[in-house]
Amino acid sequence: MNTLVSKFLKSGVTLLAAVLAAAPAIGNAQDKPIRIGLVTFLSGPAAGPFGVPAKLAAEAIVDSLNAGKAPAPYAAKGFGGTPLELVVIDEAGGATKQVSELRNLVERQGVDFVIGYISSGDCLAVAPVAEELKKITILFDCGTPRVFEDASYKYVFRTRPHATMDAVAGAMYLLENRPAVKSLGGINQNYAWGQDSWTDFTAVMAALKPELTITTSQMPKFGAGQYGPEISALLQSNSDVIHSSLWGGDLEAFMLQATPRNLFTRSQLILVAGEPYLHRLPGSIPDGTIVGARGASGVYAQKSVLNDWLRNIYRERAENYPNYPAYSVAQAFLGLKTAYEKAKAQGASGTEEIIKAFEYESFDSPSGKVMMKLGKGHQAVAGTAYGTTRTVNGQITVGNIKYYPVERVQPPEGVKSVDWIKAGMKPGKW
Amino acid sequence: MAQLLAVLIDGLIYSSWLFIIAVGLTLIYGVMKILNIAHGSLYALGAYSAASLAGYWIHHGYPPMGSYAVMVVAAILVGLVAGPVIERGLLRFMYGKDEIVLVLVTYAVFLILEDFVKLVWGVDPYFISQPYGLLGNFTVGDLTYPNYNLVVFGAAVFIGAALAWVLTRTRQGKMLLAVIHDREISGAMGINVGRVYFITFTVGAMLGALGGALTAPMISVQPGIGAETIVLAFAVVVIGGLGSMPGAALAALLVGIVRSAAVHYRPELDLFSIYLVMAVVLIMRPKGLFSAQEARKI
Repeated sequence: MNTLVSKFLKSGVTLLAAVLAAAPAIGNAQDKPIRIGLVTFLSGPAAGPFGVPAKLAAEAIVDSLNAGKAPAPYAAKGFGGTPLELVVIDEAGGATKQVSELRNLVERQGVDFVIGYISSGDCLAVAPVAEELKKITILFDCGTPRVFEDASYKYVFRTRPHATMDAVAGAMYLLENRPAVKSLGGINQNYAWGQDSWTDFTAVMAALKPELTITTSQMPKFGAGQYGPEISALLQSNSDVIHSSLWGGDLEAFMLQATPRNLFTRSQLILVAGEPYLHRLPGSIPDGTIVGARGASGVYAQKSVLNDWLRNIYRERAENYPNYPAYSVAQAFLGLKTAYEKAKAQGASGTEEIIKAFEYESFDSPSGKVMMKLGKGHQAVAGTAYGTTRTVNGQITVGNIKYYPVERVQPPEGVKSVDWIKAGMKPGKW
Repeated sequence: MAQLLAVLIDGLIYSSWLFIIAVGLTLIYGVMKILNIAHGSLYALGAYSAASLAGYWIHHGYPPMGSYAVMVVAAILVGLVAGPVIERGLLRFMYGKDEIVLVLVTYAVFLILEDFVKLVWGVDPYFISQPYGLLGNFTVGDLTYPNYNLVVFGAAVFIGAALAWVLTRTRQGKMLLAVIHDREISGAMGINVGRVYFITFTVGAMLGALGGALTAPMISVQPGIGAETIVLAFAVVVIGGLGSMPGAALAALLVGIVRSAAVHYRPELDLFSIYLVMAVVLIMRPKGLFSAQEARKI
């Protein structure tokens, strides 16, 4: 009996091994496109400034890559000659829905890769599920450092730097331009992104200017819409500076309500994620506002062949030039393409080989060089930029732009952001 | 003292807005016993219509002051179209069914209207901020407020007073109160209950749309605003007692002041403050502040 069972098991294992060995690498068959699940906001407050520009950019990039019209080193059609196909999913609806959507994408739609997630809350929720599903998932825009500082993932990558960079560079820029600042207030959304942004920014300011007073920290819920009491509290705080990482409809509503109340004639405003709104809120973003783009993206992207390419293919589909979420999604596609083609060049393009190629890779993007150097090679680092708004002919522009290299704004591998900030932000070696 | 004054003013302004978005919901529940989740969509439709029409008005060089009237007309139009379509086209076939079934039906309407909004207006936001700053500001101490807030406050007072007058001083209002009290007896006494339902739902839809129209200049009008609003409106209606208009007014005031106090004194409690009020009220009075005494039928 035992012999029979043993033979049965042996033959089963042999059969399984044969099936696994025969399993095709991703996109190997020439007639089978590589299916990429794209998850981005198509509805709700984040759709207009974030989700839709990211979708437009993704579609433009896929078309350009499939046509083999991208500049070097991305000139090969699709990924390594295999065309790409997008399956677009709306990110709206909350983290629980996104977990279900991710399962659907992988188990029903059969996508080969997932690129997605703008909300930090969604990123934190889907990362363990992507790991469970063993599907390469690239977080393209969310900012919370917790994704790779509090956990370790094999199948999850993030091709844009995390939010610590925004806080560090923002504080440096502020103090370089307003060294006499004495008090700081803040308004940030009450979830991972807003909390982390405020925690990091206050920690950096405390390290760089210990005598600074924190006056008030307003934490309205995501999607609150009405900010009357918060604006009054900020007005009464008489803060020299107001820090805000608000985004989406929340930022727009806050600006529409705060500007007529003269909040920004009393206080210098710094908008960590303000770049996507420059063309959306003329008249409601006052001159002198410090604005970040969460990287050297959007209006801060420096001239290059890749930047020209993205701007041109995006402009063919939209009225404006790409904002920073469009650059974020570009980084995800180009990072994955680099890893895929590197794996394929070495003879195999299965999931394991792509992961190996992706870890610690460096690649060029429209916003400069991106290096996968944190989170055991799964978290990107890059330099960033800040500038100050100025209205010219009714349009908001940015001037006094300063670029910050990666070593000044990112903690080294193995060190948590808050610990690195509290220890004085010693530049690492990259 | 200045902070206390700010708490009161901010609280009153926020309460006014809460009352406007909640009063239509409680009116419909009071008369029809329908917890109308589609109220959030009516709010969104009002906001979109107001933003579109007022935007058209201003951009075509008409007197900006006229934009306020345009916003109100937009809300009335939404109520006059959406109210009858939903009530005559769908809800009247559901009367007499379990309240849970009606909740599910209105939830379905909510989902349909959310997609309808995206279909008609797209996903990009609409801005109509001019009416917010057009009336200038008033100052209290060192705080500046747009006079538009007084418009919202005035609208809330007017709506509350008008509804109170109609319900207590007019024949139609008394008929409506009779239907609220007992639908069957009212019908037996010759009141056209179906007509009362039709008018109530249309007026409720108008009030929901008016809430959206008055909010439009303060926000970016975009998909999803209805979902955020309906949660708040439900909280206010539940605190006040389902179907009670004085309850909705008091609940809006309570929630507005408590939230404002939280923001000024303990910002970390802001998120929780509305639900804290709800929890405390429901512990003390499980059916809300102004819940009606229920006669037991034998």
